[in-house]
Amino acid sequence: MSDNAILTTALVILGLPLLSYVLTFFFGRMLPRKGDFIGVSFMGAAWILAIRIFICFWKIGDPAYRVEASFTWVDLGSLHLDAGMLVDGMTSVMLMVVTTVSFLVHLYSTGYMHGDRRYERFFAFLGFFTFSMLGIVLSNNLFFLYVFWELVGLSSYLLIGFFFHKHSAANANKKAFLTNRVGDYGFWLGILTFFTVCGTLNYFELFAHVHAGTISGHLLAWAGVGLFMGCVGKSAQIPLHIWLPDAMEGPTPVSALIHAATMVAAGVYMVARLSPLFGATAMLVILYVGAITAFVAATIALVKTDFKRVLAFSTLSQLGYMVMSLGAGDSVNAMFHLTTHAMFKGLLFLTAGSVIHAVHSQEITDMGGLRKKMPITFWTFMIGTLALSGVPGFSGFFSKDGILGSALAFGMTDGHYIPFILGIAAALLTPFYMFRLTFRAFFGKPADQERFDHAHESPWTMTVPLIVLAILSIFVSGFKTADKGWFSKFAVPYDVPAIAAEFHLEASGGHEDVALADEHAAPAHEEPAGEGHETAVSGAEHAEAGHGGHHDVRHTAHIRAMFMSILMVILGIGGAWWVYFMHKVDPSRIQARMSGLYTVLQGQYFFDEFYAATVYRATLWWAAVCAAFDRYVIDGIVNGTGYLTRMMSWASGLFDHYVVDGAVNGVAVALQGAGEGFRRLQTGRVQTYLVYTSASVLVLIVVYKVL
Amino acid sequence: MNVGLPHFLTVGAILFALGLFAVMSRRNAIGILMGVELMLNASNINFVAFSRYVEHAVDGQIMAAFVIVLAAAEAAVALAIVLAMYRNFGTANADVVQSLKR
Repeated sequence: MSDNAILTTALVILGLPLLSYVLTFFFGRMLPRKGDFIGVSFMGAAWILAIRIFICFWKIGDPAYRVEASFTWVDLGSLHLDAGMLVDGMTSVMLMVVTTVSFLVHLYSTGYMHGDRRYERFFAFLGFFTFSMLGIVLSNNLFFLYVFWELVGLSSYLLIGFFFHKHSAANANKKAFLTNRVGDYGFWLGILTFFTVCGTLNYFELFAHVHAGTISGHLLAWAGVGLFMGCVGKSAQIPLHIWLPDAMEGPTPVSALIHAATMVAAGVYMVARLSPLFGATAMLVILYVGAITAFVAATIALVKTDFKRVLAFSTLSQLGYMVMSLGAGDSVNAMFHLTTHAMFKGLLFLTAGSVIHAVHSQEITDMGGLRKKMPITFWTFMIGTLALSGVPGFSGFFSKDGILGSALAFGMTDGHYIPFILGIAAALLTPFYMFRLTFRAFFGKPADQERFDHAHESPWTMTVPLIVLAILSIFVSGFKTADKGWFSKFAVPYDVPAIAAEFHLEASGGHEDVALADEHAAPAHEEPAGEGHETAVSGAEHAEAGHGGHHDVRHTAHIRAMFMSILMVILGIGGAWWVYFMHKVDPSRIQARMSGLYTVLQGQYFFDEFYAATVYRATLWWAAVCAAFDRYVIDGIVNGTGYLTRMMSWASGLFDHYVVDGAVNGVAVALQGAGEGFRRLQTGRVQTYLVYTSASVLVLIVVYKVL
Repeated sequence: MNVGLPHFLTVGAILFALGLFAVMSRRNAIGILMGVELMLNASNINFVAFSRYVEHAVDGQIMAAFVIVLAAAEAAVALAIVLAMYRNFGTANADVVQSLKR
């Protein structure tokens, strides 16, 4: 494929879901089957086109190869904005991920949403969501990234609140939208900072600028943290993770789409795509936020009994892994985990939908023994669980291992061991809660005989996506880690100096940037010829830079991390098996003994309560202040103005009444009086007139004579 | 006594004043008409007098002839009007006929 063909194909991929949205939204009601075949077939076409691009990049085999096209969108003198597309290896992978999951979710929804009153509207929104996400993936500059970023926020709002008649769903979508706003605020500030300093928003130009030191020091650190705030909001990292569990109120296919391939992936993709823009300080923030999220979310998942909520918290935990990987400077493994996670988490959510569809309940306390009733669902769920747990051979193992290895390598070189410890602890918890879920839902005795009797396997539209995703969950890794397997053909850390050379923005070399280096032991410290521009060198590039010592460290770290994580998987699965399958330990006893801890976990660390007590209270207080200001000051001014106007018009009315009307009436009265007077002259007697005439003539004569 | 132009004019003026007085004071329309005749004749005296005392001027006499003719015509028309008035109002008194006032 030529470059133009690639771009055209990508544009078609972007356009198909939009077209599907428009057609389904406006004409869905009139079409047979309410137009669901449009969404499914268009997404299928987009999927095939994505495969085409994927194969093309596979053949090219050069991760640094990129195709870019842009045109001037706004040109207002100093303000210059481009609209453009970028397709490279990473984009092609993301296109694959998004279209695969989206297509399967579309197909699945034809079964799951069957008979819903707003069936066609659901497919329209799915199309719109996919379009927004593809926009993020294909954009080549921060401005359009932000535009599509906000469209994703909007479409998630529409989909999470799809059952808006349910009070909880209506609240959940508002929560998701507003929480994302908080993160997006930082994101926007970050974008503005880069734009103000560098004067461009094109990714690669920005990399070159950062490399050349146009932006550095504290400004770069804070701009990076700002960008990361966007990721914190979209990818649901602590402390803005609170929207994600509530977003489970949306229909289950939506959960699969949001949590696997689209919305939450956007944050990780953004940071990975922009990795050279993050200075050492920002990287450290990212690392810790990710690690804490990975661990905290995993602990909450231990105690939840809602099938979808367990998966939601596991999503949070896995996203924490990806972000941790980004922070450790390993954006490639983050993207790799994103890819594998999209497959098995999409699978898990769709099986959850299948289960919920069958038993009409989300509580695992209502389930049990479903293994025999729903064999396909069970086996596919099992594969997803094994992949998520990181059992060797499944895709999750390779990607998670890569992340833990990078975290350990970062700890070994920079002394930050805490993220790795949190990550490995989460790796222990993950198989435990997943197998707790499996054993309680699919094994044992049915908890609710009536529900069990009604349970049945789902129709083929729902099981086919499950099988496809299950196969992908096994094979997507290619049974190799990111840097050795197929993924290395699609994503490597950016070669920033080469990009800088492309834009003729080589590092000036002379500037000694110590601000960041002091704050934190930047990776570049170990380089003998560090030369001060460490802020320009992202951790990712650094970690992969190929210096002999680092390579050894990474290798050792990976081996160690692998053995540790295998151990953790065995311990986790064994523990779950011991407690929930063999029933050797009664979980309620542990719960009673550690009731304090249980309350904290069940309450999700009381983040919501904390926000209710602080942010919401402060917001409400501020709103009350504003309302009071509005009522007394603004209203006072408005009412005062009104009163003044009324008084003025009253005075003006008086003037009108007495002066103007007086003048008009006075003229009339005077004329009337004169008329009355003159009227007397007309007597009708001819002789009187003659007297007047004669008298007048006399007077004229007299006057003439006198003068 | 030498009779000159002032004497004629005086006679004319007296005649005119008498005519005017008759027109103003008479109630009967016939009387008013008679006053008008007096005033016309007063002016005739003036015309003729001026014509006699101004050299080579015959205009006055011609004018007097016109006035006499006109007076005859006027008398005919006016008497007709008086007749009509009498038929309409049942009287020949000018002060009763006031319909112009309304």
